[in-house]
Amino acid sequence: MNGSMLLTLFFCAGALAGGVLMLVARHPMRVALALIGCMLSLAGIYAILGVHVIAVFQVLIYVGAVMVFMVYVIMLLDVRDPSFLRRYGDTLVTGIIAAALLAAALAAVVSSGGAAVSLDADATGGAQFLVQPFSAGFLRDYWLHFELTSVLLLAAVVAAVAVIKGGRRKDG
Amino acid sequence: MDRAQLLLLTGVGLFALGLAGVIVRRNALVMLMCMELMLNGVILTLVTFAQQTATIAGAVLVLLIFVVAASEIGIAIPIVLLLSKQRRTLDVEAYRELQG
Repeated sequence: MNGSMLLTLFFCAGALAGGVLMLVARHPMRVALALIGCMLSLAGIYAILGVHVIAVFQVLIYVGAVMVFMVYVIMLLDVRDPSFLRRYGDTLVTGIIAAALLAAALAAVVSSGGAAVSLDADATGGAQFLVQPFSAGFLRDYWLHFELTSVLLLAAVVAAVAVIKGGRRKDG
Repeated sequence: MDRAQLLLLTGVGLFALGLAGVIVRRNALVMLMCMELMLNGVILTLVTFAQQTATIAGAVLVLLIFVVAASEIGIAIPIVLLLSKQRRTLDVEAYRELQG
């Protein structure tokens, strides 16, 4: 087992540990910190795979923007909320069984080699995913998709403002 | 077990943990974060396949998913804040009438 595989194992274990912590942690702030740890582990995995662009965006967009926003909102809220004290609803057993069954079914497919591509141990997409070739390919072949995302972001901003204004109007 | 299988299994694990969180947790914000965890499991699977097939289409799709996730959070958080303002709680049990 080489160093790269060991690091992959380490980051996979970190990501899964973060996921488990999210399930058991009581306070949303701890859940958010567990999710940040999980996302940083995933960024490490992407870096090991050589997909540097995705690793950077994982940290910048997910950890840097989305999670900071989430942490800020948690700090705004009341810490005496009843859902902070009672973590789980009535669907605890059902939810765990459903998730375990789904995980077992998907894991059986992956382990049996049912995945469509050959699972080559050290196949590296390498050159395509370096920043320069990736950016050139991205803006040459996928510029329309890139432009459409700006429309989506604009729509999201308008929707967020509409939601907040609608709420204020209702409050009088 | 090779590396790609390990990554796919990790993706499966993250998706299942996120699904369990969405079903069993009571706090609306925690449920949102569990949905993000599910999305991260899917993204890991997508990146693994993209890297295995050495095509940038998968990685481009991941970038687009990042934008969609950011938009989703940008809309979901104001909705959660408004709900919290009206009922003074983030406990989803308090919003049972929304289930139709």
